[in-house]
Amino acid sequence: MFKKILIANRGEIACRVMETAQKLGIRTVAIYSDADAGAKHVAMADEAFRVGPSPVSESYLKTDRIIEACKISGAEAVHPGYGFLSENPEFVEALEKAGIAFIGPSANSIRAMGLKDAAKALMEKAGVPVVPGYHGDNQDPAFLKEQAAAIGYPVLIKARAGGGGKGMRRVDAAEDFDDALQGAQREGEASFGDGRVLIEKYLTKPRHIEIQVFGDTHGNAVHLFERDCSLQRRHQKVIEEAPAPGMPEAMRQTMGEAAVKAAKAIDYSGAGTIEFIADVSEGLRADRFYLMEMNTRLQVEHPVTELITGVDLVAWQLLVAAGKPLPKTQADLSFNGWAFEARLYAEDVPKGFLPAIGTLSHLHLPEDTARVDSGVRPGDSISPYYDPMIAKIIVHGPTREAALGKLLASLEKTEVAGCVTNAGFLAALCRHTGFSNGDVDTGLIDRDLDNLVAEPELPEDGIALAAITALGLTEEANGNDPFETLKGWRIWSASRQFAYLEIDEERLDIEVHVRGKNHFDVHLRSGQARYNIISMDGARIVYERDGHRASGAVVLSQNTVTVFTGGHAFEIGLPDRLSSDDDAAGAGDQLIAPMPGLVKVLNGEPGKNVSKGDVLVVLEAMKMEHTLRAPRDGVIGETLVKAGEQVTDGTVLLTLAEEGDAAA
Amino acid sequence: MSILKSSLSPRSEQFAANKAAHEAAMSEIRAAAQLALDGGGKAARDRHVSRGKILPRERVSRLLDPGSPFLEVGMLAAHDMYESAAPSAGMIAGIGRVEGQDVMILANDATVKGGTYYPLSVKKHLRAQEIAEQNNLPCIYLVDSGGANLPNQDEVFPDRDHFGRIFFNQANMSAKGIAQIAVVMGSCTAGGAYVPAMSDETIIVKNQGTIFLAGPPLVKAATGEEVTAEDLGGGDVHTRLSGVADHLASDDAHALALARRTIASLNRTKHSQLAVQTPEEPLYDPDEILGVIPADLKTPYDIREVIARIVDGSRFEEFKARYGTTLVCGFAHIHGMPVGIIANNGVLFSESAIKGAHFVALCSQRKVPLVFLQNITGFMVGRKYESGGIAKDGAKLVTAVATTSVPKITMLVGGSFGAGNYGMCGRAYSPRFLWTWPNSRISVMGGEQAAGVLATVRRDGIERKGGTWSADEEAAFRQPIVDQFEEQGHPLYASARLWDDGIIDPRKSRDILGLSLSAALNAPIEDTRFGLFRM
Repeated sequence: MFKKILIANRGEIACRVMETAQKLGIRTVAIYSDADAGAKHVAMADEAFRVGPSPVSESYLKTDRIIEACKISGAEAVHPGYGFLSENPEFVEALEKAGIAFIGPSANSIRAMGLKDAAKALMEKAGVPVVPGYHGDNQDPAFLKEQAAAIGYPVLIKARAGGGGKGMRRVDAAEDFDDALQGAQREGEASFGDGRVLIEKYLTKPRHIEIQVFGDTHGNAVHLFERDCSLQRRHQKVIEEAPAPGMPEAMRQTMGEAAVKAAKAIDYSGAGTIEFIADVSEGLRADRFYLMEMNTRLQVEHPVTELITGVDLVAWQLLVAAGKPLPKTQADLSFNGWAFEARLYAEDVPKGFLPAIGTLSHLHLPEDTARVDSGVRPGDSISPYYDPMIAKIIVHGPTREAALGKLLASLEKTEVAGCVTNAGFLAALCRHTGFSNGDVDTGLIDRDLDNLVAEPELPEDGIALAAITALGLTEEANGNDPFETLKGWRIWSASRQFAYLEIDEERLDIEVHVRGKNHFDVHLRSGQARYNIISMDGARIVYERDGHRASGAVVLSQNTVTVFTGGHAFEIGLPDRLSSDDDAAGAGDQLIAPMPGLVKVLNGEPGKNVSKGDVLVVLEAMKMEHTLRAPRDGVIGETLVKAGEQVTDGTVLLTLAEEGDAAA
Repeated sequence: MSILKSSLSPRSEQFAANKAAHEAAMSEIRAAAQLALDGGGKAARDRHVSRGKILPRERVSRLLDPGSPFLEVGMLAAHDMYESAAPSAGMIAGIGRVEGQDVMILANDATVKGGTYYPLSVKKHLRAQEIAEQNNLPCIYLVDSGGANLPNQDEVFPDRDHFGRIFFNQANMSAKGIAQIAVVMGSCTAGGAYVPAMSDETIIVKNQGTIFLAGPPLVKAATGEEVTAEDLGGGDVHTRLSGVADHLASDDAHALALARRTIASLNRTKHSQLAVQTPEEPLYDPDEILGVIPADLKTPYDIREVIARIVDGSRFEEFKARYGTTLVCGFAHIHGMPVGIIANNGVLFSESAIKGAHFVALCSQRKVPLVFLQNITGFMVGRKYESGGIAKDGAKLVTAVATTSVPKITMLVGGSFGAGNYGMCGRAYSPRFLWTWPNSRISVMGGEQAAGVLATVRRDGIERKGGTWSADEEAAFRQPIVDQFEEQGHPLYASARLWDDGIIDPRKSRDILGLSLSAALNAPIEDTRFGLFRM
């Protein structure tokens, strides 16, 4: 076995690999870019090497720097994680040349699977089912139409060089074929300079089911059952599970055998995944699954397999790369219970799932109810350079229902402040009826997207907790001075406190009466409610509202207070009453000559809209030009002087009217 | 340290009876407090708010750091006086934290007769300034006042401790480096104009605050000039032209934020000269005080039962426990701060007075603040005691109490009668704070005794002239005197006249003392130089 390995990756997967390596007594070497100098994976490793500036192409993809790091550190093998160089045959060859082991398949296996058409042909030959279709060179329209009829409608016409939906047409009946073909060809020509197309069976209700395979260098190959990754958005997996819901045992066996066949066909060693697409328009059927592709690496979602099989896939990778045989035969392998993985991302769901960045000013991940694979710690940043993943939340339960319940509970306990996340969306998915019934397909998210991304309204309890927290009423006293410790103390009354909050761009004062330590009356839209804080643990607050006990989490930072409920994070602003700079602007109804002088320039006439900072008057005085600017946004009311006029100091030059509707 | 042991059971009938009696006394105070909290009443409050102004108690709350306690003084000033026209004497005063600094806040309540100054308003204003000056607390004046209450001008304007003293105090506090900050949130007319003008830094609210020596009506009468209040002395004029104010605020909330910013720049730190410990709750629940203290002042009880419910961990290191036992002296901590406690446990004898003087000297030597728990009928009378020199021994205690430099805080937990009031640091001895319990009574002597003295004099007079005085006649003579003493000795009567800083809920004694001590620690504790002790 290796004594020291280098992990050519970052984030959660680097940490994940190191965890197993360290458990096995293997020393670990990390690499990092400038942006990651203080990252968790660097801190976890025994040694770390800087490989370059923040952009991936200048750091994590730098083969020579990685090999140099291996040489200096004496690392015997490299684990590539996923992404980056994990499926790059040149990288594997470069390592080989340098005498460093690659923890993964051979360059040949990677190559064989990398060329998708060739791979499919190879698999077809090995007896692995592929989607019925025509991938040939004959582009005669009549011939293609015949092929479509043979495949059976509906079919998909795809530009061969295509991608991203361009040059793709769904055809439901023969009479629509010609128009669709022309369209696809046109788009293919226009977008890729290649009008050639292929035709495939269109699956109306597809599911993404993949099989985890493992091979070794002794000719053995096994599968570790399936994962269902049908919950996708724009081909990005969102929640994965294992096993696949509703999978008949016979089909599982068939698929597993097909996958092993595929692996053996290319002498595969290490961890790999055969991705299939299953046509479930008539339920899961053993004759309705087709190969999509093979991934020659560890998958993001590998933990769900680990949780149901009890196998540490990274440990197996290390064994196989070290030349050892697989520790288990197919007969030894079994699974129990159910596992889910949800990918927690820094992304702005209402803005179309845009990647978000930020500093994780508060991070609480549900480690008591879930396995959490994460590459960030509280205070770390999500930078624009890399995948904005915060964590994978993985749960296991005896049944699907139990596991899904655990996933939802875990998501509801997840607290991230400092950047927006998709936690609320993931929680909404967990509550989705179709998903909880196991009735999944790759179109589920798109069909119900509006409901899934609906932002719930901030509940009143959230406003109350935010107000109480923003006022510092739950904070530990700073020191022992009774002026600090006796929060909200009054002689003959409850003290009235006012929290100034900005909720959905509306600024409001929330009145809180302090009745005693941790006893408050809060004035809310629905009336006055009595809150008792029962306990606090970090950000989590257990409270009672009018006798009803519940919990939530609240995080206070400089300018915001973030309330977490039901997996959603609500950010509430704490506006600064001084930031408006009204002290200066308050006087801004007039523009006044600060000294005697000559009006050189007068910009504007009554009724003109002006913005704060606009130059309105230039005054020449003491041989200097003085620029007088608009003190605020508004409308010019009157001009009281003319250009060329001599004025004394204190002369009102022009007036600004109230902003009103005319304001810019 | 020795831990006090309570001998009282919260389950006894006596406990329940005491509690009921105290709660009855408290409910009277609570009702009075509610009147104070309501200010000028609903109509006036609604009018105030309709002008876009924030109510004065809210202003104070918003000025304070969120969660800051507010040690209000003189809340019940003018209670049941001036035909009940001036709750809280038309202003709110007290100590709280602003930007981490302990400050004195004085807020006019314009809902009470336009915030005009009644005689007791002036007294309250001066008392708040006195507290600020003694304890080195920056002052923030939230000004919203029409100036002197004209019908009462003779009791407001001319004397030493009248209106002018406010500005004298501002100038002298400023000279001592005690910041004077004004926020003009309404009128500031005539003499009142000097509050912002005499302040170190002044904030004024646009289209709301005005400062002028004479308002538009007076100007018109004097010179015929017609001018609006805003043009005569509004925020724009004073921040742009006159320089009477320094910052222009767009509204009340903004003005208070600006005031907070000003306090943040004061560059002060609170240095405690005390060896402070980590605070500990008393072993005995302070709430039990109501059941522990007899309802009737005449029923004796052990004052240590009170001390056990006030001090940290109920720990009390008693001094001279076996000598002069009617005065209990000892060291303890309140909210972590060391204090010397002097508490009555019966009538004062020579020994008690000497012991008290010794203990005051001890605390002065060590610079330990003093807490007086007053429940005193007076010094012992009679030939034996007079000839034993009780007057000179009492004088020793009075001298020590009067001249010590350590902060003194007095709490009336029972009777405060006669010379006992002096020896136990009554109002005349300038305790930093003086608080009273609802069951307390204060007068030169008890009503019965006073009636007795007067009846004796009367009887002697009648009998000298050969007349007779029947028992019924005497009873009829005595009753009004007893009644008068009862009325005037009542804490509401006393607090209305600012003989104290407030009536408190006895269960909050520990917190009140803690806050009072903490406020006092803003001023350095000086060395003491005692007056001559008559030996």
